[in-house]
Amino acid sequence: MNTLRTPLKKVKGLGSAKEGTNHFWTQRLTAMALIPLVLWLCFSIAALPGTDHATLQAWVGSSFNAVLLVLMIFAAFYHAKLGLQVILEDYLANHGTRTAAIILSTFLCILLACVGIFSVLKIAFTT
Amino acid sequence: MSQSNAPSNPPSNSPAHALPTSPHLQIYKLPITAIVSICNRASGVANSLAMALLVWVLYKASGSALGFEGTHSFVDSWFIRLVLFGFTFTLYFHLCNGIRHLFWDIGKGFEFDTAKKTAKASIAVAAGLTVITWLIAA
Repeated sequence: MNTLRTPLKKVKGLGSAKEGTNHFWTQRLTAMALIPLVLWLCFSIAALPGTDHATLQAWVGSSFNAVLLVLMIFAAFYHAKLGLQVILEDYLANHGTRTAAIILSTFLCILLACVGIFSVLKIAFTT
Repeated sequence: MSQSNAPSNPPSNSPAHALPTSPHLQIYKLPITAIVSICNRASGVANSLAMALLVWVLYKASGSALGFEGTHSFVDSWFIRLVLFGFTFTLYFHLCNGIRHLFWDIGKGFEFDTAKKTAKASIAVAAGLTVITWLIAA
């Protein structure tokens, strides 16, 4: 065995980025989860204009819609985080700028996901 | 040492000069598969903005009815209706093209003719779904 790599490193197969195929696989998993969710969301978006506060709260507050909204927000921002990261990696040449932009976009995705899920739960538990 | 390894510039009327250089984005006509590929990225960014707008509306909806009045009239405006119409198209387009990518992941649909057909189909199906959605919901 003419190599400095340990058998453990080989069998783990995580590579230099230390996450293996995790990025690829989670992007596909969230994509598959989003297929039915996006179909449902688009019909909901089209019905949004003209909806008043009470009607919207009642809609978000129903168990069915609240659960789908939480799943939608979680899967969408997870998928967005992975996708935006690839775009930034491709188009930002400077290493420092790229790393900073990826950190910023990751934080933004987590923040928006938390605000969204919190708002849905707040409506669901108070109406 | 009669020959140099350094490349010499051919005269402007030589055949070598007439050969195409590397594809330049401003003069190179992108094939439909490449256009759809970059549009998939662009629609992904648009969908992120759509989700941010959705979260903002949900956040305002979780507050008082009085605080929602501004949001209500904003979302009800013709401009935001148009934006939402656009977002449903980008969501559907990314969805259709995503299914294309999932088929590629299992090794299907790589033939150029098939890829061209599915590229066109993803635009057509997304446009169709968008119109149907707004006809049903509105």
